Amino acid sequence: MKTETLIENADVNMARRSFLRYAGAGAAAVGVLAASSCSKFDDYKGNSPAIMNPNAGVDIGAKGDLAILNYAYALEQLEAAFYIQVAATPYTGITTEENALLTDIRDHEVAHREFFKAALGTNAIKGLTPNFSAINFSSRTEVLAAAKAFEDTGVTAYNGAGYLIQNTDYLLLAGKIVSVEARHAAYIRNLIAPGSFADNTALDANGLDKTQTIAQVLAIANTYLTTKVSASNYGYVAS
Amino acid sequence: MNLFGLIEEIEKVDPEFQDRISPRRDAIKNITSFGSKVAVAALPFAFSTLFKKAYGQTATPTVNDVLNYALKLEYLEAAFYNAGVASTLGFSATEKAYLVTIQGHENAHVAFLKSVLGSAAVAQSTQGTNGIYDFTAQGTFPTVLTNVDTYFAVAQAFEDTGVRAYKGQAGFLAGNQVVLTAALSIHSVEARHASAVRYIRRLRGATTTKPWISGANDTGITAVNGNYAGEDNLIQGGVNITSLTGVSGNFSTAIATQCFDEPLTSAQVVALVGPFGVK
Repeated sequence: MKTETLIENADVNMARRSFLRYAGAGAAAVGVLAASSCSKFDDYKGNSPAIMNPNAGVDIGAKGDLAILNYAYALEQLEAAFYIQVAATPYTGITTEENALLTDIRDHEVAHREFFKAALGTNAIKGLTPNFSAINFSSRTEVLAAAKAFEDTGVTAYNGAGYLIQNTDYLLLAGKIVSVEARHAAYIRNLIAPGSFADNTALDANGLDKTQTIAQVLAIANTYLTTKVSASNYGYVAS
Repeated sequence: MNLFGLIEEIEKVDPEFQDRISPRRDAIKNITSFGSKVAVAALPFAFSTLFKKAYGQTATPTVNDVLNYALKLEYLEAAFYNAGVASTLGFSATEKAYLVTIQGHENAHVAFLKSVLGSAAVAQSTQGTNGIYDFTAQGTFPTVLTNVDTYFAVAQAFEDTGVRAYKGQAGFLAGNQVVLTAALSIHSVEARHASAVRYIRRLRGATTTKPWISGANDTGITAVNGNYAGEDNLIQGGVNITSLTGVSGNFSTAIATQCFDEPLTSAQVVALVGPFGVK
């Protein structure tokens, strides 16, 4: 909890360099938080004692709705962390309009993350440590390309995992969120290339959004995570 | 449990049983793969869900009902964009390109749903007056095909409503890998459209319109209040989103309503699209 508070309060003008230093401090705080919950929830989440290491991997747990909700929670954590940095260190040449709407998106993703954390309570996986070293946050091209990838992947993830959700209330919640991710994806795409909001890199020939399995999505997500996420009961273990 | 023996027995009593649980005979394969993936102990539960879907309360639609409902909405949207693209409305080249893209998807959705439904598909000619819609909604939008701003306002209402309509049906398709996944994958495309149409309206001067929905009816058009009823909901899964803390204090009402889209029931949607001619 401390970590999020710290990151969220980051000064908007903070330089990228200090953000990275700051992210390191955040990781330490996660360790404290994780340590406090270690003994109690290790078994349920299938985590080894290595959880004492803040960057040790996590598993979304036993097959079932809680695993799928934790899967969503993991993705929302990643998206939130990404847009927090985007808003904290705006890319060169950002317009007032872009800044305003990207800040909206940041708040949506943080709200999704906080919602899952509150809803999952003690069943929630720990806070994940992101690694965005591959992204140059001062470059509009790079930031928007990464945003597009995150949003499109989010849409394929929710669409691909929907049928695994048994509780119809949870299914509806996932539906309420995925359409917002799709709205984001379309907006980001239109910023990159007007009219590309739903082109054939996102859709199939029937005009349907593409879907991806949990394994496919986590393999992508883990490239931006220091804390690797596995779904051993859904056929995916992070390497 | 001999699942297929049981299905045969049921079919003797109810020849439409397969249609009740799945739209096409070959889609029954879906049940096999679903069944093989769940533990044997869970089968009674899975099967009871199937029965609940097939024979539950009268309010529970069949899979075919859901798909035909979706098809009717796609017929309307496809016809709307076909009319817009064919019209002499003064769209900019960019706007026209957006519309042509959306037009292509809506017509593809029609073709897709018709192919899934097969002979059970509702015919387009049953809609409107011999298949012709009234895009003015009986005079509510008299300039829909003569004024670009009106056209986009109606387009936005259609797309946002389409998103809500699909969302409201998801629960009826729970666990159905093939049909639910397809429905969700159309649902998110409608959301992409809604975002794009809203973005166009923003560029055209509707500066308070964002790609996402803020509060109840952010269009400024009271005639579509019903299309946005309930979008101002703040409570998700028992959690009041404005009670949660964001980057700078609690989330505002605007953010809390933007970050979750809300469903509409089929009864609500049918009442909204009835004036256009959807039956």
